[in-house]
Amino acid sequence: MTALLDAQNLSKLYPVKGGAKGSLLHAVDGVDLRIEAGECVGLVGESGCGKSTMVRLLARLIDPTSGRIFLDGGDVTAVTQSQFVASPERGRIQVVFQDPTESLNPSFRVFQTIADPLKRLLKLRNADDIAAKVYRAAMLVGLPRELVQRYPHQLSGGQRARVGIARAIVVEPRLLILDEPTSALDVSVQAVILRLLADLRARLGMSYLFVSHDLNVVRLLCSRVVVMYLGKVVEVAPVEQLFANPRHPYTKALIASIPDPARRGEARPRLDGNPTSPISPNPNVCRFQSRCPIASAECRTIMPELRELGGGQSAACHFA
Amino acid sequence: MSDHLTISDLNLEFRTRHGTVRALEDVSLTVRRGEIVGVVGESGSGKSVMAYSVMGLSDAAADIKRGSIVLGGMDLLTTRGEAMRAIRGREMAMIFQSPRTALNPIRKVGRQIEDVLLEHAAIPRRDLKKAAIAALERVRIPDPERRYNAYPFELSGGMCQRIMIAIALACSPSLLIADEPTTGLDVTTQAVIMDLIRDKSRDSRMSTLLITHDLGLAGEYCDRIAVMHAGHVVEIAPTDVLLAHPAHPYTRQLLAATPTPDSTIDTLSSIGGQLPDLRRELPPCRFSERCVRKMPQCDLPPLPWTELSSDHLVRCRVPL
Repeated sequence: MTALLDAQNLSKLYPVKGGAKGSLLHAVDGVDLRIEAGECVGLVGESGCGKSTMVRLLARLIDPTSGRIFLDGGDVTAVTQSQFVASPERGRIQVVFQDPTESLNPSFRVFQTIADPLKRLLKLRNADDIAAKVYRAAMLVGLPRELVQRYPHQLSGGQRARVGIARAIVVEPRLLILDEPTSALDVSVQAVILRLLADLRARLGMSYLFVSHDLNVVRLLCSRVVVMYLGKVVEVAPVEQLFANPRHPYTKALIASIPDPARRGEARPRLDGNPTSPISPNPNVCRFQSRCPIASAECRTIMPELRELGGGQSAACHFA
Repeated sequence: MSDHLTISDLNLEFRTRHGTVRALEDVSLTVRRGEIVGVVGESGSGKSVMAYSVMGLSDAAADIKRGSIVLGGMDLLTTRGEAMRAIRGREMAMIFQSPRTALNPIRKVGRQIEDVLLEHAAIPRRDLKKAAIAALERVRIPDPERRYNAYPFELSGGMCQRIMIAIALACSPSLLIADEPTTGLDVTTQAVIMDLIRDKSRDSRMSTLLITHDLGLAGEYCDRIAVMHAGHVVEIAPTDVLLAHPAHPYTRQLLAATPTPDSTIDTLSSIGGQLPDLRRELPPCRFSERCVRKMPQCDLPPLPWTELSSDHLVRCRVPL
């Protein structure tokens, strides 16, 4: 069976200004990612690990340095990014951005915001068709009809988040990329939006790539989680298995860092120190070894590859 | 344990062009010596306004109508000018939300620590540098001699927050106010920073007021938690009691909205309605409009404090 999205050996390297000649920042480095139809995959990792670059690559907002992305078996990297943005294909992958305030055009009414992708991507011209689709999307995300003629500044944070989601789903994408969709919201509103997202996926049959730093939130929505560290995937596992039995030392540290009232006052192992530089890293050294509690000589001479551990779990560690 | 900081019946208003905002109403809270007290609530609930009024850093538009703030026998509200300046830094210190904006961008971080020492500690000038490096060492900054010369932009977010903590702790204050000290940091870094704050509080019997929107975080690190809603403290209790037996409907709903390892998308519930507009005439209980348990007697003033046990207080006529 072909996966809905299949990214193969995806890399994005940025040249470094003022650095040593030929030095490259390895934002994403040889990442494979598969998302099945209807699946919700979580992507986690600390800031600077390449999560956002992955989002931009998969949404074709930037061109990869190397690697290919297949959507429904078709190679979407065959056309350049500038050709892709104007094609109807664009509508099959949509993104809900992090900050609902920053990602809405302040001079567009909600109606225009939601109608924009219909005009640009689906080339709809008939005003009645557009209005019908806009109001349906607004209804799906639970946005009252009377708010559709408002401007973003007249809406609450939760309502703005709904507009961002409506704009993404109005073109009926196959894959919805959610980049920290609730990090700017209060918990009371976050709960509503998470439930809305779960409900929409069930009703519209979309796949989600859910990017978040909050593991308790990832756990609620996703069936499989991909953990990244410094541009590399270090672990992939079904969600329950990842929490019950993390195999990579970085994943272990990440899970041990989730605040837990049940373990108040307990001293727990912490991940200290700074990550190694992502600029031209040594390809024969494990990226995590400088902070790893179990690093050995082997880790400094051979970069561990991602390997199958059974039960859909794989980790990139010599000792997993 | 004796009370170290006592806030009683604090009423604070902001005069704005669009009316008077009653930001705090009858806020009472104590912090005992060596204790970590958490203040949680949605954005706009008055957490930071309260913290700033303790520090005497309130906005010029703020008007304290009634109440008192007493720190170790000193009345902070009648203390002004130079006297207040002497207390700030030496007796009490604050860690601000975004370390990168709170630090001076064009001054070396070592110098910024020296500024505090010079102002508040009787250290001869020639020993200043040594004292600043020792302060960096105390917050476990690796390679403190080199970091002394760093500018904030050269350091990571977590490292900048450690500098903030070093500045706050430089003169061994007896009260530390931490206003969302880990918002915007990675979970792994958050854990390290919070461990550091906890260890420093324990070692020197420093009292700490931790302001956060994250109930999970407060649950792991605080001895007691106060819940704020729309300018009221609605409940105060020891952490275990508050988490296991919340008595205020708002506390219970806040807990139900916070994702934990055990929650599922179906058990996660949201809080209906929004914070009321604090400029209009409000009912005695500011939560009543959002409350599912509202009874006719809720509209009778005054809103009482109900003592459920010696340490568990709730501002509700019909507690759970």
